[in-house]
Amino acid sequence: MRIFFQVVLAIAFSIVLAASPRAADLGELINGLAGKDYKETEAQIGAIAATGDSAAVPVLEALQAGKVYFRKSDGIVFIAEKNGKNFKLTDPLTGAFVEELGKRAVKKVRVNNRLRRAVRGALGGLTMMSPDPGIRRAAAAATFLGADPDSIELIDTAIAQESDPSIAMLLRQARAAAVLNFDRPEAEHIEAIAVIRERGDRDALALLIPRTEIEGSVGMAAAEAVSRINSRLSVWNGAQNVWYGISLGSVLLLAAIGLAITFGVMGVINMAHGEMVMLGAYTTFVVQELIRNHAPWMFDSSLFIAIPLAFLVAGGVGIAIERGIIRFLYGRPLETLLATWGISLVLQQTVRTIFGPTNKQVGTPSWMSGSFEIGLLQITYNRLAIVIFALIVFFLLMVVLKRTPFGLKMRAVTQNRPMASAMGIRTPWVDALTFGLGSGVAGMAGVALSQIDNVSPNLGQSYIIDSFMVVVFGGVGNLWGTLVGAFTLGIANKFLEPYAGAVLAKIFVLVFIILFIQKRPRGLFALRGRAVES
Amino acid sequence: MLFTRSAARTALAAAAISIPLTTGAIAQGDTIKVGILHSLSGTMAISETTLKDVMLMLIDEQNKKGGLLGKQLEAVVVDPASDWPLFAEKARELISQDEVASVFGAWTSVSRKSVLPVFEELNGLLFYPVQYEGEESQRNIFYTGAAPNQQAIPAVDYLIDAEGVERWVLAGTDYVYPRTTNKILEAYLKGKGVADEDILINYTPFGHSDWQTIVADVKAFGSAGKKTAVVSTINGDANVPFYKELANQGVDAADIPVVAFSVGEEELAGIDTEPLVGHLAAWNYFQSVDTDDNADFIDTWQGFIGDDERVTNDPMEAHYIGFNMWVKAVEKAGTTDPDAVIDAIIGISVPNLTGGLSSMMPNHHITKPVLIGEIQDDGQFEVVWETPGLVVGDEWSDFLPDSKDLIADWRAPMSCGNFNTATGKCGGKGS
Repeated sequence: MRIFFQVVLAIAFSIVLAASPRAADLGELINGLAGKDYKETEAQIGAIAATGDSAAVPVLEALQAGKVYFRKSDGIVFIAEKNGKNFKLTDPLTGAFVEELGKRAVKKVRVNNRLRRAVRGALGGLTMMSPDPGIRRAAAAATFLGADPDSIELIDTAIAQESDPSIAMLLRQARAAAVLNFDRPEAEHIEAIAVIRERGDRDALALLIPRTEIEGSVGMAAAEAVSRINSRLSVWNGAQNVWYGISLGSVLLLAAIGLAITFGVMGVINMAHGEMVMLGAYTTFVVQELIRNHAPWMFDSSLFIAIPLAFLVAGGVGIAIERGIIRFLYGRPLETLLATWGISLVLQQTVRTIFGPTNKQVGTPSWMSGSFEIGLLQITYNRLAIVIFALIVFFLLMVVLKRTPFGLKMRAVTQNRPMASAMGIRTPWVDALTFGLGSGVAGMAGVALSQIDNVSPNLGQSYIIDSFMVVVFGGVGNLWGTLVGAFTLGIANKFLEPYAGAVLAKIFVLVFIILFIQKRPRGLFALRGRAVES
Repeated sequence: MLFTRSAARTALAAAAISIPLTTGAIAQGDTIKVGILHSLSGTMAISETTLKDVMLMLIDEQNKKGGLLGKQLEAVVVDPASDWPLFAEKARELISQDEVASVFGAWTSVSRKSVLPVFEELNGLLFYPVQYEGEESQRNIFYTGAAPNQQAIPAVDYLIDAEGVERWVLAGTDYVYPRTTNKILEAYLKGKGVADEDILINYTPFGHSDWQTIVADVKAFGSAGKKTAVVSTINGDANVPFYKELANQGVDAADIPVVAFSVGEEELAGIDTEPLVGHLAAWNYFQSVDTDDNADFIDTWQGFIGDDERVTNDPMEAHYIGFNMWVKAVEKAGTTDPDAVIDAIIGISVPNLTGGLSSMMPNHHITKPVLIGEIQDDGQFEVVWETPGLVVGDEWSDFLPDSKDLIADWRAPMSCGNFNTATGKCGGKGS
């Protein structure tokens, strides 16, 4: 791998400074990609890159994407786009459309991971001085990973021409990586180690750790750099764990907050709460199916449409349950528990009958895929969206509770039901609407959870225990308690997970809650007041 | 009052019990029943539902050819719902109540271990189509899926030779198959000189959905300057959020490849595989294999199920092979009696779908080729390496001290699943 790379870039350098490349040779080399095994294809890629001709870039990029095919009849290589059952063939050098053939008439030029790495390195060498800064940045990153000594002179040329300081820094790091692989005097190695140490991330570690074994001052410099990077990383790792804890906490918060309201206001143990979440997730699926079939261009906003619908669906089912079954069982917690457990089974089976027992595919809008980095902290967009959503829902609920007439009635009924009734509040309706609100919020949680978990009739079962855990720990009926409880449990779980594994971490958290409840039976933030005691 | 009530109840009960017996007697003469024991709901439904469908297709095709021994085949489908004790109950129901001639089913090793005592007690036949951890050979079970030497070991060899991997993450679901497979792989890797600190082992529960920490740990483990790979024995729908998290955190297959043993075309059917291109799976069959037999099979399957987009996968091919072997054995023995079939089936060869022949060996395992494939952006796999010939299934791993002396041979006179060649006695280790 390294040897072919040396050949590639040595020739690339010389040709870049010498006469212009000849297109005919390049065409022959490209046609040489047809019908070979992996080793020969790798060598062929090397030869193509060695021409230093940037006209080779499209075919190399197509190779990385698996879009290079050759015609079985004469072995000519093309870039192919799939068009139904046929392939649209275009000329690899000019991009002109040639013809359309059926899939039996062409064969793919196969690539595997090793070849993709080779192409990545080749592309890095060829595009280092492209006019587009984005391409130059990617080329610098690829060359850093390739770390080939013979690219040093090419990189030097690129640095001299580079106007963007951040890309120039990347190029210097790439140069340092290459220097470390080259037999140069120690001082240059130590200087290179210093440059890489400044980069200070995991890729830098990957380069430096093997070099701590070297005897002498180079080894010592590498060891010192490694320990510095490690201490920097451990700080970022702590931050990363906090972030994971926050995202897990936001999931717990979403699932539990509806339960905090129904449990808190009415003292009803609702075992069907998980199924409200599940109904919200299925609402998302239905909305997406409708959009997929009738208005595919609206897919990216499908979640925004699904959220109010999920609220209405789950809330409606919640009100129906309350009016139909639970209102006859007030004051009888065991019967309510059993009745709601039965309702949860009925709901699961209904969904299973309508939609089938297998998982449903809920797609992620494009703005929620991928991730970005702050320093060394990597934040995925879907989790970030869920955290923001959870906080918005929480604050909306606070507003409803504290600032609306309905919220006032709800709080009155929670604190002292007989007095509230004596004041003219229609407690049965408040109960029904509260149950509807709690279930509706669970439905909205289902929309968010459909993005990170599988949508199946059993979805609710995975969240019911966690919801009760959060509500019991945080304090019944108190929204702030639920918030603090959810995030505390989330962060605690995520800090335990690297040491104890996923299963044991969960067990430790449960044991901790059991012990905590012994000391404070009412949870973290208990509601106070004489009436509450009853 | 009480006397007449209890008498009425007894009469009712007697009537209820006798009805299935009488109807059973009538039906018995007309059809041969085949039991299908796959989860149609729960966490494993994503993988097992399609196996139930392919069995229905195979039975349908056999009936079109005239059935078996002059009788039509009748499928009896039950749903054990990814609940391991329920697997045992349903197996008992199939054998003693429905009186099936043979059962095709199970996926997870825990489900197989749960039904094993039932098949032994009632002398039924089970054809088990899924890759598993070995360390077992039972008289009543035929293992048409891969043993570790037909999947796990060649995959690790490929990673060492073709990708130069030196650091290993063994990630699995927490039950017997990943635990035993990882034991074997750990012993194998250490035998090849891999150091303790270059192996990271991690287990998660079924249905685990929060992979953030684990994927971050994989990235951290992979940044020690040595080429790192993940060997995944994660089972069921936990794979979907796992691959999504890999894609979201930008784990590129060219840097840290993931090779999975329980992820096939069916599990990828619901995910956008564009960010996963280059990650690997090791099986004995891929839908993309270009042979006439495979093209016919795919056409028949897509016609039967009425959907051009439905995929085929390795366990489906294993059922194809197992079912054809069973049919041939019954024709050879002239009866569906389990003992006769067990004797007749050894040595039977049927074509597989990748252009070769598959034979039932005396240890109740079959011969299979090993294929390593890379995920493509359409959810299919492209074969990047294959064994030159067929590999015989070796259920007693040569890399574990407990089992390297054991062999299984169900032909008379040995008739033993765990014969210890060192001591010369049957029953060298627990089954």
